Amino acid sequence: MIYIEGAVLSNESLIMVQNLTKAFGDFIAVDDITFDIKKGEIFGLLGPNGAGKSTTIRLLSTLTRPTKGVATIGGFDVVKQDNEVRKLIGIVSEKMIMYNRLTARENLWFFGNLFSMPRKELNDRIDELLELVQLTKWAKAQVGTFSTGMKQKMNIIRALLNMPQVLFLDEPTLGLDPQSTVEIREFIKKLNQEHNTTILITTHMMTEADLLCDRIGIIDHGKIVALDTSTNLKNSISGANTTILTLEIANLTPDLLATVRALECVETVSQENSSHLKIHAHGDAAFDSIIDAVRAKKANVVSIQNIQPTLEDVFLHITGREVRDTADQKIPLAEHRHGLVGASRGRGR
Amino acid sequence: MKMPGKGLISNSFRIAWKDLMELFRNRLGLVMLVLMPIFMMGMVGYIFPSNNSISHVSVGLVNEDAGVGGFKNGSQFFLIALNSFNSQTNMLDISDATSLSALKESVQKGDIQGGIVIPSNFTQSIFSGQQGTLIIVTDNSNPQVSAAMQSALTAVFQQMGAALAKYNIVEHARALNDSTINETNVLAIVQPYNIRVEGVVTGHSSYFDFIAPGIMAMTVMMSVMTGLPAAISQEKEVGTLDGMMVAPINRLSIIVGKTLAQTARGLLQGVLILILASLLFGVYIQGSILLVFALLLLGVFSFVGLGVVLTSFAKDQETAMMIMMTLMFPMMFLSGVFFPVQQMPWYMQNISKMLPLTYAADALRKVMVLGAGIPEITTELSVLIAFGAVMIAIAVPVFKRAMTR
Repeated sequence: MIYIEGAVLSNESLIMVQNLTKAFGDFIAVDDITFDIKKGEIFGLLGPNGAGKSTTIRLLSTLTRPTKGVATIGGFDVVKQDNEVRKLIGIVSEKMIMYNRLTARENLWFFGNLFSMPRKELNDRIDELLELVQLTKWAKAQVGTFSTGMKQKMNIIRALLNMPQVLFLDEPTLGLDPQSTVEIREFIKKLNQEHNTTILITTHMMTEADLLCDRIGIIDHGKIVALDTSTNLKNSISGANTTILTLEIANLTPDLLATVRALECVETVSQENSSHLKIHAHGDAAFDSIIDAVRAKKANVVSIQNIQPTLEDVFLHITGREVRDTADQKIPLAEHRHGLVGASRGRGR
Repeated sequence: MKMPGKGLISNSFRIAWKDLMELFRNRLGLVMLVLMPIFMMGMVGYIFPSNNSISHVSVGLVNEDAGVGGFKNGSQFFLIALNSFNSQTNMLDISDATSLSALKESVQKGDIQGGIVIPSNFTQSIFSGQQGTLIIVTDNSNPQVSAAMQSALTAVFQQMGAALAKYNIVEHARALNDSTINETNVLAIVQPYNIRVEGVVTGHSSYFDFIAPGIMAMTVMMSVMTGLPAAISQEKEVGTLDGMMVAPINRLSIIVGKTLAQTARGLLQGVLILILASLLFGVYIQGSILLVFALLLLGVFSFVGLGVVLTSFAKDQETAMMIMMTLMFPMMFLSGVFFPVQQMPWYMQNISKMLPLTYAADALRKVMVLGAGIPEITTELSVLIAFGAVMIAIAVPVFKRAMTR
């Protein structure tokens, strides 16, 4: 095991970043950023291309030296104790870290060996990881023959060889087809839930950040311009702790309508047609109390839509601009403004 | 803390293994790896002029010899001598022509490269105690070929003259009843001086003996100097270098591992060249074959530092290749691999003395051709070791800095 448990106290910040700055000549890629990430957290860095996301990951993963500032992972300084940091981390960079002419197994064997893992343990670990992403039957095929989705799976399990406490993911779903994207996201969540792996993920996709991250740092021009949970970020621009719901109920009755209206958290209810209700509510528990009330009345709920300001609105509000790279070829789909059917309100529900 | 040395070595071998696996899986690359030395050896061995390099020059022959009283002894004697000389050297391809003017026309058309005219009074002149004069028609546009033709004919005449002189003197002595002069010692009177060429080692040596060691040294050293930056900048560009950089390993093991792989590749090519040179071109190693390999490895050592420095400066593969090309060509031609350094002007010779390849090629040539041992090549050895050590001392900190920019 490569874990160095003694170095990390639970409930404490696993990653601490203070005034971290990286300049390339005159260009300041990362500009005086400060944040910390708790153990077991999924932390997202959201921002357009060139905002400094990748540079931040490179700084934290010891690939680049900071111009100024300090960063520690598990109490180890990324500059002075870089080899200790390297034992704790795994990195999935934007580029595939894989040799096309080696087989899947050879690739994993090579990288695993660099962590001086015992043969037996490494062998078992490779089997386990290949099984985990369903690539076992491709173990002896050269990685060059793999599809992009398969390569990215390899890329991720490669980063997991040393059982890292911290996993850095730099745009892990970039350029993947929708199915692979879903698979990779599920895998990241599972990893976090089952192994309590702390994850720092960068993305320019608002939905991805929303779906995966406990907290999100919005980064632009090298600066972190906002940092909070997805909900709080959205609330911060809607002015209050507001929830806007549209409910489609097949057996909508005046009684039900009255019950919902009577709820303490509910501000307004408007009936849009025979089955649709639009509800404005406030407070943290608003969503749950409305659903509970509706369920108690045995209402037949066909759909719920949680209309919220999206992260895109947040970004627009904070920077005064659209995400700069909407014209970027690499982005496969336009972001949906109101696409959160099923009303996800953060993880762990 | 673990011993840093142990990890460095085992990780270096892992990286070398990985590089070689990639190399051997690359079919086309492997074919090129084998073809390169074959082309190099064949091309260089055949195109550069060596002693008997000019042959089969096509010439026209016009025989207008009228003879004396039906005898054409003069021209017949010349033709026999010419043919016997030609059968040894294959220098000329002789065809018959009708007249001097037809000959000139053919040269102009490019059908033949020169001509020989035996004038009508050739035999008569010799019989009447005058010099027999031949006319050689040369192609002014190709001085090298006409020079070769002239030297061939001069050699023929020399043989003819000597034979005639020997015959005349022996006949004369016999007429005078002088028994001190006979056919065995007459040559001492006709040609009292002669040259015998003796090399340091016995046997005949060709141009291949000169270039084979140079090409071997060059291939091995170049493969490290160019292969190292190319391999590292390629991994940097693809992104796989990061995979090694985030592992808790000594940065140097990346360089050492890659150097090992490139050295193996270079030595493989070196051995191929050696096999080709001895099978196809009759090159023979006079000295110790172990010393040859030791020298090749030392050559690699002297170039590693330079390769690493270049690696550190080259941001991408394209730049790396451009820097390589710029350095490679002067080095190829200035290091005495193809031409002896001694035939260069003095300032070029001075530049040549600063290049490690010069010393590697020199030492290798001494061992392979002259059968030299370590005592005879101490200068070269110390220069190579010193150059390598200084370059590595510069390269290590430069590389470490470049890797964590």
